[in-house]
Amino acid sequence: MEDALQLLSKYGDDAKVMAGGQSLIPLLKLRIASFPYVVNISGLKGLNQIVEKGDYLEIGSLTTISELEENDLVKEKYQALHEAAGLIADPLVRNMGTIGGNVSHGDPSNDIPAVIIALKAKLELAGLRGNRNVDADSFVTDSFTTVLEKGEILKRILIPIPGTNSGGCYIKHKKSAGDFSVAAVAVHLRLEDDERVKSAGIGLTSVAPKPLRAVRGESYLEGKKLTDSTVREAAKIVVSESNPSTDFYGSLEFKKKVLGRITEEAIHLSFERAMVR
Amino acid sequence: MSLVKIKTRINGKAIESEVEPRKLLVHFLREDLGLTGTHVGCDTSNCGACTVLINGRAVKSCTMLAVQADGNEITTIEGISRNGELHPLQKAFLEKHGLQCGYCTPGMLLTSLWLLKKNRNPSEEEIRKNLSGNLCRCTGYQSIVESIKYGAQLMKEKEEEQEMPVR
Ligand SMILES: Cc1cc2nc3c(=O)[nH]c(=O)nc-3n(C[C@H](O)[C@H](O)[C@H](O)COP(=O)(O)OP(=O)(O)OC[C@H]3O[C@@H](n4cnc5c(N)ncnc54)[C@H](O)[C@@H]3O)c2cc1C
Ligand code: FES
Ligand code: FES
Repeated sequence: MEDALQLLSKYGDDAKVMAGGQSLIPLLKLRIASFPYVVNISGLKGLNQIVEKGDYLEIGSLTTISELEENDLVKEKYQALHEAAGLIADPLVRNMGTIGGNVSHGDPSNDIPAVIIALKAKLELAGLRGNRNVDADSFVTDSFTTVLEKGEILKRILIPIPGTNSGGCYIKHKKSAGDFSVAAVAVHLRLEDDERVKSAGIGLTSVAPKPLRAVRGESYLEGKKLTDSTVREAAKIVVSESNPSTDFYGSLEFKKKVLGRITEEAIHLSFERAMVR
Repeated sequence: MSLVKIKTRINGKAIESEVEPRKLLVHFLREDLGLTGTHVGCDTSNCGACTVLINGRAVKSCTMLAVQADGNEITTIEGISRNGELHPLQKAFLEKHGLQCGYCTPGMLLTSLWLLKKNRNPSEEEIRKNLSGNLCRCTGYQSIVESIKYGAQLMKEKEEEQEMPVR
């Protein structure tokens, strides 16, 4: 890690970090971006682990999307993350692409950011001046722009271990297998003993210039008993927080319609899962 | 541009080479080593014609640099037959018409070998999901799926044959 940070500091703007290369290499091939030095961090030790430690699930940034998808702990307790991993690109890309690259790329259509936003995760960043933590919902600041400072490396993703009576899911609406989404939503709910919502997390993919936390949708749900009409109202609020644009994946109106439908579905499903626990 | 030394094991053979750091793995395999069974279909990371196995896992060699292969084990389509005999999965593709023009076939075979190593008895759904990064313009996929099911059966039979005690 120290060596990688030194190299990045030495070459400054001329250097770019590469993990799995599944986003970076296509950009380099199309000459959309070009860097005199590419620093391959995929060999750094100890950054591909998935372990629960203290209050957090720690995921090393070099964990591949396939490893995430196949991990039993994630499958059992972090369903939204497991579901998102299985819906990213195709198995060949997932074998190389890493969770750290998926988040650091800052692409509003990448699937992991919305999930870690809904799960209220923290990101541990390493730099020559030491480590710092940032909240998942403030990490991506704009399209393809993150809070990573020059020469910083995303080291780990820290997800609070979900308490009892909690459940979540990731629903992705896409046009064809292996594609990015028209819209996608991650929901995580924790319930009180009387079934009212204790806390809610909602993250959105592809419906704004950056991955979005639906703050107003979250606070509307908190303290409420879920009925068909409260869920419908919550989805309406979430849609009003989104800011999609018309493009190849569909018109603005279509994306909002899709988002409303999958948000309702995701809240219902998360509630059912939280009840089973 | 200065060359970089890399050490790999390709189809079981240790290979030391010098490559340009920006060279893609698929070009290294095809141009430097003459392993032209690995195809370039789209060159934009979408079609899977360039699939190879790195340490047993299927990846797109057009979306990987040759230097990333340093220290790793690579299997290309040239490396799956034994002693001049086709791999059972290759035989299955022949028999069940799993190919027409054949352009996608090396990728289909390697991606499916990876699946069959994890799961000897995949369902049709698992086979199809696993192939979502491999495109075929000819077959409509049905015959490919049939071939993989039949190949799984042939591979099991072969294993059992080898496990039978010699009398
Ligand atoms: C055909 C295709 C389809 C795809 N479909 C999807 C999809 O449906 N959903 C989806 O979410 N993604 C999709 N992707 C994108 C891809 O899955 C992810 O972006 C990938 O996981 C990125 O990980 P990587 O390790 O390959 O990143 P890289 O390409 O190595 O890096 C991406 C960016 O992140 C930076 N970076 C990487 N790791 C770190 C780190 N640890 N610290 C700091 N910076 C870092 C790099 O500098 C670069 O800017 C697709 C890609 C392809 C080729
Ligand atoms: S040539 Fe590599 S994916 Fe098409
Ligand atoms: S057989 Fe022609 S592309 Fe598949």
